[in-house]
Amino acid sequence: MRTVLSALAKPFSETSGLARWMLVIGIVMSAVFVFLAIFAPWVAPYGFAQASAHGTDFPKLGHPDGTHWFGTDRLFFDVYSRTIWGARTAIEVVLLSILVCIVVGVPLGLISGYYGGWLDRILVLVMDALFAFPSFLLAIVFSFLLTNIVGGSVIAVSLSLSAIYIPQYYRVVRNTTVSAKEATYVEAARAMGASDGVIMRRYLFGNVVQSVPVIGTLNAADAILTLAGLGFLGLGIQSTQAAEWGHDLNRALADAGSGVWWTGLYPGLAIVLLVTALTLVGEGLNETLNPTLRRRRLLPVLLPARVETEEVR
Amino acid sequence: MAGTGSGSLPRYIAQRVLLVIPMIWVILTLVFVVLRVAPGDPISAAVGGKLDADALAQRREALGLNRPMIAQYWDYLSSVAHLDFGTTFSDNQPVLRVIRDNGGATLSLTMAAFAIALLVGIPLGLVAGRYRDSIGDVVIRLFGILTYAAPIFFVGFLLQVYVAQPLGLPTGGASSPMTAFLVTPRTHILLIDVFLSGNSDAILDVLKHLLLPAVTLGLLICGVFIRLVRVNILQTMQADYVEAAEARGISRGKVTRHHALRNALVPVVTVIGLQFAMLLGGAVLTESTFNWPGLGQKLVDYINERDYGAVQGIVTIFAIAVVVVSVVVDVVNALIDPRVRY
Repeated sequence: MRTVLSALAKPFSETSGLARWMLVIGIVMSAVFVFLAIFAPWVAPYGFAQASAHGTDFPKLGHPDGTHWFGTDRLFFDVYSRTIWGARTAIEVVLLSILVCIVVGVPLGLISGYYGGWLDRILVLVMDALFAFPSFLLAIVFSFLLTNIVGGSVIAVSLSLSAIYIPQYYRVVRNTTVSAKEATYVEAARAMGASDGVIMRRYLFGNVVQSVPVIGTLNAADAILTLAGLGFLGLGIQSTQAAEWGHDLNRALADAGSGVWWTGLYPGLAIVLLVTALTLVGEGLNETLNPTLRRRRLLPVLLPARVETEEVR
Repeated sequence: MAGTGSGSLPRYIAQRVLLVIPMIWVILTLVFVVLRVAPGDPISAAVGGKLDADALAQRREALGLNRPMIAQYWDYLSSVAHLDFGTTFSDNQPVLRVIRDNGGATLSLTMAAFAIALLVGIPLGLVAGRYRDSIGDVVIRLFGILTYAAPIFFVGFLLQVYVAQPLGLPTGGASSPMTAFLVTPRTHILLIDVFLSGNSDAILDVLKHLLLPAVTLGLLICGVFIRLVRVNILQTMQADYVEAAEARGISRGKVTRHHALRNALVPVVTVIGLQFAMLLGGAVLTESTFNWPGLGQKLVDYINERDYGAVQGIVTIFAIAVVVVSVVVDVVNALIDPRVRY
């Protein structure tokens, strides 16, 4: 327990000044969004696809006022509620896609790095090709396919996001496995008669997954943007299934010409804030874990007072 | 410095260029597997409901979609090798014509965006790196993070509401209908054609239409340049030769400009290449936001029409473009920086 706590505290204790502030601000901002996501039904005054309350219909493109703090959009929905519900969609999709990335990418990397051979070569080739491909286009193509097969839903979008991030997890895990499998402790395990499966699960796994959280945080920021991009192009989640910031901005754009700013401003700001928060956390973690960027606090070094000794000669 | 080890420049370039072929092959295979082996019938997805069963079967026959997968795969590879990227299913056009008609708009948009990103990013990165941890540095770094964190369509939305509205700038299309009518298409790139026509009203009109989309897309990538130049300036300012120059009494500003900046700019070339893939993705969103008649917009249209033929053709071309740009960047890098050739 104590080791877990000290590991969690490490990014704070080992940073100083600006880096620590960035990390703290990032974590606080992300926590607010997670709170909104979990408690959306209680925080938001209305449902995400609710166009009337207490028997009165909401106005169409209503200006922000006392009842609708952020106004209403062209589908009569309350912008404030949709912005809050959007946090839930965003966090659901990101968590799901990172989970899929880890479930697929980590074992693939482990097996490919451990066994090597033709399987490894083919996987490296495929993953490199996926990695070289413009990631947003890849997401577009995958969501195009998945919405044909599964239909536009949270699951389809999460899976298409996973497709673009799996190569990163695979690469890191594979490369660390390749170097870790030569270590003495693995040799010792094998000498004691441990099977390949046991070596991978018991000995390699724990050593290899350590960089996964950092990749996860850095990818989360990117995933939010990709999700919003897909939603904006109409390839993601439909408005009545869930509130999605990108898709809301798409509808807002139609009214930008007539000076309606509130339908786009708030979902847009939500995206900017969440992505900034996750970027700050990712950068903060990177700064503590990446030794080339790290600037440790300089502790004053006290040299012992010089003892005057007689000259030997 | 030149010729460390056995790697000579021509040999390095030849190796790098030859490596393109397997890389493109893998990517083409990937595109084929993802788009063709997936369940569902492409033809009925694209034009189903518009044609009866016999006509659908005919179209399938004509496009070779009822042949075995492996034969289709071979057809696809060999036609790409002959620079034939197939035809669209929904409006039966050669993909190459779609590229010719819409590629120019994407090209002028991305080039203008690059120019803006460099013009904004390099000076800001220079200032941030030169005055590390000052207020200016913090503000510029924050600006860099914000330009990355703000989605293109949100920046586009803000510009449309708060800039285009008050100033009366156009928010959609590449030109007004009158200009499009007056300018004769010679290169199929409107920006060049309009300059060839020499009509100053038309030139102004096209530039006005280009301004906001290019700024939107340019801001997205300028953050990367800010970070890059800043970090590089920080590193080069610590180098021995910079200290030596300062010791000789050359002013700090001059050292930054003449010594540090030059070396800090070398990685920018590499990053321009890396950003190309991101720029293509960004172009799709920018074109959609500003109704820009480019390839990205066309791709989204075809996706909404469930047109596998068009999607496959356009994605293939994008993929090849990315691979080719990465090679060009590597070669250019090898030409400027002798340390690269290994």
